[in-house]
Amino acid sequence: MAQPKADELGVMVARDPSLMTGAIPTRDWMDVPAIFKPGNYCYPAKASMVAYHNKSLPGLFGEPREWDVESDDWKLPENWKEIIINGIRERLDKFRSFKIFMDCCVRCGACADKCHFFLGTGDPKNMPVLRAELLRSVYRNDFTKAGKILGKLAGARPMTFGVLKEWFMYFYQCTECRRCSVFCPYGIDTAEITMMARELLHLVGVGTNWILEPAANSNRTGNHLGLQPHTFKENAEFLLDDIEEVTGIHLNSLTFNRKGAEVLFVIPSADVFADPGIFTFMGYLLIFDHIGLDYTISTYSSEGGNFGSFTNNELMKKLNGKMYAEAKRLGVKWILGGECGHMWRVVHQYMATMNEPGDFMEIPVSPITGTRFDNAAALKMVHISEFTADLIYHNKLKIDKSRNDHRVVTFHDSCNPSRGMGMLDEPRYILNNVCNNFHDMPENAIREQTFCCGSGTGLNTGEIMELRMRGGLPRANAVKYVEEKYGVNMLSCVCAIDRATLLALMEYWNPNVGVCGVSELVGNSLIMDGEKERDQDLRFAPLAGMEG
Amino acid sequence: MKILYPLIAVLAIILLALIGAQVSGGQWLFGVVLPYVTFAIFLGGFIYRVTNWGKSPVPFRIPTTCGQAASLPWIKQDKIDDPSTLSGVLIRMALEVFLFRSLFRNTKAEVHDGPKLVYGSSKYLWLFGLMFHYSFLVIVIRHLRLFTNPVPSFVQALEFGDGIMQLGVPVLYQSGLILLLAVTFLFVRRVLMPQIRYISLANDYFPLLLIFGIASTGILMRYFLRVDIDSIKKLLMGLVTFSPQFTGEIGSIFFIHVALVCTLMAYFPFSKLMHLGGVFMSPTRNLANNSRSVRHVNPWNDPNIKPHSYAGYEDDFREFMVDAGLPVEKELPPPPAAADETAKE
Ligand code: SF4
Ligand code: SF4
Repeated sequence: MAQPKADELGVMVARDPSLMTGAIPTRDWMDVPAIFKPGNYCYPAKASMVAYHNKSLPGLFGEPREWDVESDDWKLPENWKEIIINGIRERLDKFRSFKIFMDCCVRCGACADKCHFFLGTGDPKNMPVLRAELLRSVYRNDFTKAGKILGKLAGARPMTFGVLKEWFMYFYQCTECRRCSVFCPYGIDTAEITMMARELLHLVGVGTNWILEPAANSNRTGNHLGLQPHTFKENAEFLLDDIEEVTGIHLNSLTFNRKGAEVLFVIPSADVFADPGIFTFMGYLLIFDHIGLDYTISTYSSEGGNFGSFTNNELMKKLNGKMYAEAKRLGVKWILGGECGHMWRVVHQYMATMNEPGDFMEIPVSPITGTRFDNAAALKMVHISEFTADLIYHNKLKIDKSRNDHRVVTFHDSCNPSRGMGMLDEPRYILNNVCNNFHDMPENAIREQTFCCGSGTGLNTGEIMELRMRGGLPRANAVKYVEEKYGVNMLSCVCAIDRATLLALMEYWNPNVGVCGVSELVGNSLIMDGEKERDQDLRFAPLAGMEG
Repeated sequence: MKILYPLIAVLAIILLALIGAQVSGGQWLFGVVLPYVTFAIFLGGFIYRVTNWGKSPVPFRIPTTCGQAASLPWIKQDKIDDPSTLSGVLIRMALEVFLFRSLFRNTKAEVHDGPKLVYGSSKYLWLFGLMFHYSFLVIVIRHLRLFTNPVPSFVQALEFGDGIMQLGVPVLYQSGLILLLAVTFLFVRRVLMPQIRYISLANDYFPLLLIFGIASTGILMRYFLRVDIDSIKKLLMGLVTFSPQFTGEIGSIFFIHVALVCTLMAYFPFSKLMHLGGVFMSPTRNLANNSRSVRHVNPWNDPNIKPHSYAGYEDDFREFMVDAGLPVEKELPPPPAAADETAKE
């Protein structure tokens, strides 16, 4: 389907009748069916992918089959309703959060206009409260007295194919960003409800390929792109040549799968593969070389991003387990994690709980500054931004800020590090120390109130471009504000998915703004021993005053 | 429908109580049996719901972090919105429960041509929510006067404060009026704001109408249709001492009031009103954000879910790894030619 131009879409968002612009829907939401058209849904998972996951996690992904989202026959198992209802029951018993969130919403609407998908589409079912009601209504019908007695009057409805379609549509229009949760008086986290709904959908074999295929790749090859070990290594080493061209020095510190290294560095694999992640990767390497860190990168555990977390707990756990397994095999003292949002959500909230304790490692200590990372005492894993901020604080980096003078930088708080982890100030500290022009976006769009890139949790696939551009509008809109006010031309972030999705978003809404990782700016500002006179940045763009 | 049915239900309760109080034995039914039964339902239901929630574990630490986490010593932690200790959690919860902190943050988004999104502060819901809940609380406590003898001093103090405006006799309590105002606001907001109307269900309107009925009958009873407060107090004291008795003539309005209150009590545990209990138990708010420094255990964690093994990985890719100079655990089998050589020796 043709994707509308930015100005056309802008008019549509602002003027088309929607609940956001003030048009009042005439029909009760239960009576409005989900209708699939090319462009508004993600492609279903290929049978081979489902079969692959079924081998190691039987029963969690349904029967492998080819099916068509637009058709009225999804080839569901005969007893699919029963599977879903039992699935709900099981999850109610396993998660107090789920139970409470099913029961406690008072429909006050405080969350209604907090979701970027609602702001961009105006579709009432993208109000977090209504998104949750899609599942809650079924819960009421089968698990509450009021629902059983009063039925629709109490907001209950039985599970039907129409409901399933709605779930598929709207639980894949939620990026689990948790913005709604910040504003809810009970902390109801629709992201959590979306996670449950996606688990349920997978149980009856309703999943999307853009999630299950990267997850399968991560499992087998170590990274979601499916790069085999030698390719991964070649890709990474190729970037050493670029570094040499820019700085005049060849780094020797990059090693792979090396036993006995002090630190295992886990990256989001997109950072060795795609623009602009590769520049972030160059940044990492420059920092490590600059301080002489004894580190290694694993090809086996070469993905931090956890695509399993977009499906169910089990697959999330399975993929996450590699980091500890590899740390143990290599005998490292602790793990350092790169700039990746979902990776850190999983690492921060789940990793220590899902794995055997990481006691074979030591409490992370920076070998350069001697700082002990007590906040990671149990987990044994440190975020690169924490690590770098600590280096800067202790004056361990030789920095030439002016090398980033051609950039006017703002910072996108990725949802997961901000609302799932609480990492807000470290990246800002770094940015303020490596560039002269840093400006934050307005407060309604940063820190815990940050807006999603619009394409997280496996939604950054091409077939739903319009939805992504709509969902990303609040973010783009805040960037535009600082672009107009301060001339911002670079949007930095600490998430690999963001680097991929914001790039598309900026090209669409704010074409003069580039996207980069924080470590790229750090790497670019470092004065390396023996370097040549620098006139280009890591992207081979001329430095300020060197435009020639 | 969503408003009509609840309205009919509330009116039916009023009518039922009005008639019931006239027929013989009706006073016992509405003044004694109903309160006992519904209070038991309330208490039992409440406890059941809370313990039922409590039975499900909290497998993961999932606090919503609304501020800077505890990290490096020189980075200032937001100890309230991102607590890492129990005391921080308690403060966060107290602010949430007593001051509705999250609602205070509320903003309103508007889309203008451009498209430009504009956010404005929106504290009405917070303000009226707070007014509603506090006046309700004051009224509930004030009613303890009817159930206690002697009346505890904090109840008397509260009454004094509540009536400080001293308009006429009997003393005018502000709480009643504030409750009425707030409940009206909340109702009108639901009806008028399109977004909120769209998400509202019959069971959102029902409690509002019920509370509206309770507040207005209470006010009516106190200021307009004077009832015999002494007999009421005797009845209520009798209820709490399990020796209920009717002394003087009690007006029908009292029975209507009681019937509405009883309905609310019985309805409470099975409805969204349970947010009273739930607000304390929400894992996104009542957990410390310390999952990296302290290990937590998930009771149903399945140790049989193992990552794809390194050995399996190496088996898949050994040849490529050796070619690319990557270290391997197991060397490649010697090439067939070399194997022949060894065989000859
Ligand atoms: S803010 Fe919370 S309680 Fe209010 S409607 Fe949203 S989820 Fe429900
Ligand atoms: S988690 Fe984010 S995407 Fe999902 S409903 Fe809430 S605000 Fe919307």
